[in-house]
Amino acid sequence: MAALDHTAPELVAKDGVEQDTVDAVRSLSGEYKHGWSSDIEMDYAPKGLSEDIVRLISAKKDEPEWLLEWRLAAYKRWLSMDEPEWAMVHYPKIDFQDQYYYAQPKSFATKPKSLDEVDPELLRTYEKLGIPLREQMILAGVEGADAAPGDGRKVAVDAVFDSVSVGTTFKDELAKAGVIFCSISEAVQEHPELVKKYLGSVVPSSDNFYATLNSAVFSDGSFVYIPEGVRCPMELSTYFRINAENTGQFERTLIIADKGSYVSYLEGCTAPKRDTNQLHAAVVEIVALDDAEVKYSTVQNWFPGDAEGKGGIYNFVTKRADCRGDRSKVMWTQVETGSAVTWKYPSCILRGDESQGEFYSIAIANNMQQADTGTKMIHLGKNTRSRIVSKGISAGRAQNTYRGLVSMHPKATDSRNYTQCDSLLIGDKCGAHTVPYIEVKNHSSKVEHEATTSKIADDQLFYCRSRGMSEEDAVALVVNGFCKEVLQALPMEFAMEAQSLVAISLEGSVG
Amino acid sequence: MAVPARKIDMAEALLAAHPAPGGEAGWAASARAAAASRLRASGAPVRRDEYWRWTDPASLTAPAPTPAPLPEATAPVFAGVDALEVVIEDGRIVSAPEGMEGVEIATLADAMSRDIHWAKDLFGVLEANGQVPVTRPLAALNTAVATEGLAIRVTGKAPRPILLRGRRKSDSADAVLHHVIRLEPGAELTVLEDGGPGARVNALIEADVADDAALHLIRASGPEAERRGVWQLFARLGRESALKAFAIAAGGRLTRTEQVVELTGDDAAVHLAGACLGDGDDFTHDDTVFVIHDAERCESRQVFKKVLRGTAKGVFQGKILVKEGAQKTDGYQISQGLLLDERAEFLAKPELEIYADDVICSHGSTCGAADENALYYLRARGIPKREAESLLVLSFLGEAIEEIEDEDLAEILREQTAAWVKAGA
Repeated sequence: MAALDHTAPELVAKDGVEQDTVDAVRSLSGEYKHGWSSDIEMDYAPKGLSEDIVRLISAKKDEPEWLLEWRLAAYKRWLSMDEPEWAMVHYPKIDFQDQYYYAQPKSFATKPKSLDEVDPELLRTYEKLGIPLREQMILAGVEGADAAPGDGRKVAVDAVFDSVSVGTTFKDELAKAGVIFCSISEAVQEHPELVKKYLGSVVPSSDNFYATLNSAVFSDGSFVYIPEGVRCPMELSTYFRINAENTGQFERTLIIADKGSYVSYLEGCTAPKRDTNQLHAAVVEIVALDDAEVKYSTVQNWFPGDAEGKGGIYNFVTKRADCRGDRSKVMWTQVETGSAVTWKYPSCILRGDESQGEFYSIAIANNMQQADTGTKMIHLGKNTRSRIVSKGISAGRAQNTYRGLVSMHPKATDSRNYTQCDSLLIGDKCGAHTVPYIEVKNHSSKVEHEATTSKIADDQLFYCRSRGMSEEDAVALVVNGFCKEVLQALPMEFAMEAQSLVAISLEGSVG
Repeated sequence: MAVPARKIDMAEALLAAHPAPGGEAGWAASARAAAASRLRASGAPVRRDEYWRWTDPASLTAPAPTPAPLPEATAPVFAGVDALEVVIEDGRIVSAPEGMEGVEIATLADAMSRDIHWAKDLFGVLEANGQVPVTRPLAALNTAVATEGLAIRVTGKAPRPILLRGRRKSDSADAVLHHVIRLEPGAELTVLEDGGPGARVNALIEADVADDAALHLIRASGPEAERRGVWQLFARLGRESALKAFAIAAGGRLTRTEQVVELTGDDAAVHLAGACLGDGDDFTHDDTVFVIHDAERCESRQVFKKVLRGTAKGVFQGKILVKEGAQKTDGYQISQGLLLDERAEFLAKPELEIYADDVICSHGSTCGAADENALYYLRARGIPKREAESLLVLSFLGEAIEEIEDEDLAEILREQTAAWVKAGA
């Protein structure tokens, strides 16, 4: 464990690939480790989707009239929309009437006022996931976190369980800095003016099939507002857990970074192993005003289905950031290891002059998983910059597609984009695909795109094997090296988790 | 998804505007009928179609061509090449082709009238194969209605290139040309094209390149302002065979080159290259390429360069598909746009779809203005700005011209391009 003896923890995360990866592979069976379910009594809305269900969800959350109208308009529009078929993913037609659109723990009939009132079984769920809802602890999931110095980095957590937010930690401390961090349902009650102003302003309710569905039935999610000039004193995090069967999760997250503010936001998600597919259609909207900076990191680890492709989450997500202000900056980092089917394109609209968008992605598809993911960088302002680094890994019989758009509008003069997407194939039954769209409509901007596809080089494997590593360890090591640029862009807590996930996700793909 | 009625109506209108030829052999008539049903099933192309998103097909699908004034008389690009010349005037073959050693040539009309002809196994066959997964309605239209074209069969190394020379006398001739080329094992042939065969062109080549054979296709279209057309190539490559295609267009309103190449034999190689010099308000140069690797150890290489002035638009849609089992594939693709004016556009979609793991595939795409440092370097040495820019343009396009194997032909094109750049600058 030479790497862990190192004194600077950041260095461990970034450079400690060798031993950590190997240990991660060894210590974990390689099975999906969050596949258990909690036995919690739930209240469901009736199965299926109708105007009444939309009204019921809105009523459950005691929403104002304007929001109900907004939902109903979205629902009406959704009825006339067709499911998109352009992505390189194949799955049986989803029966939208065979789902529950709202599920909350029975104990939430009257909303608990604080975490102390929350059903202990629920808290145990998060404890088991390594997500502490106690404020004295730092985010777990980091090997050796307990041993970390007492004043370790603080992370505020909003925990979403099926359709409701269980609780949000460090709210008071954040409030002192003026930061609002709560569930979106709470924000609707307490900060309606902010919600009304920004909700749907980045991803309009008419945006696409799944975003429109989300607009009609969204249940919970996080709301973040960072006031002007404030650097958020800690990392914010939302942990999504789908527990109930046949239930779709439709969370909605809204992040507003006012002028000159900064926030780093982490998102994690897991679900139990079930034989049936479950739908997850989320919307994330980010607004960055002048000089604001938002870092959004995701480790997506929904249940991917078993090795035969049974079960797993259908992950149809719309994430978009609007860099409205001059010199604003948004950075998306994602590690996509879970879900049976992923359809996700976190994007940046670079509206402000000199605004910047970055997208770092690792997408791993093993067994029967299918991922169609990438980003859109829409350059509208002058001197805007974007950078895309995408690493796709396919193993087993999986299909992994990078799909992206870089668009330089006529007025986005002197802008730049650099895109690199690399694919790695492990095994001869999987597929790796790249579908980039490049649209350049002014001559002073510069766009560079490069993509490669290859397998793990035999000489690299041989080098590792001849030094006594098993084949699986060697593959994990090479893959971690392949992903390094993206892993380095993650906050430390996630980098550790992501590294071991990379190894676990590839288990069984060799030999 | 159901095909919109408008697309089907347009397809019917296109078929009505080009009456199907009669009096052909049974196999020919059924190939025509099958093509017409392909067109009816897919409908005519429209802007909403994925592979027409950046190029408006309206002028190609209008029942009649937009009148195009005759170009100024200039010496043909390949005037100095010793070649077997076939003149195509306003879409009609006017000089009777003769064969040469190892090369049989017949007109398409002649081939289609014979009950027994080798073209039976090719005509409409490669085109039909190339309709999956993306439909190519203009190619189906061509197979259904084209009466002009050549059937070329090569059994050895052709002593001279075949030169297809386009000429125009009418300002509204609709040239629909369909050539079938069969290279027997070990054969070799170069086909050159210059001039313009019509006000609007729908040209299609089906090429079957057998084991160890090599086919070279080189097309040069001069600055004929009003030219509009689609040039399509459907090729199938056998073991250790090679196909090298190059096309350059200076001017013209709309040039779409659509190439579908399937590598079916091991160790085959395909090199596709293209270049354009585009200017003006209504200029679109589109290269749409689909290379399918279906055998081991094949190589594919694509090099496309577009120089765009004014509000000229350059489009590149290139896809490499590596099928399961096509191991040891080497696929490379580069597409580059050089934008010389503020409002020029470069739109690219370089795709990879890969189902085999032991491959090396890469693509690159870049776009930007002329390199400031390079311009500065040249100007600091006393070269005027326009001339310096022309030098950069020539070196940029030179990388595509370099892909031509025959050094003499490459040199002709290099000089021709320099003359075009000078005239345009």
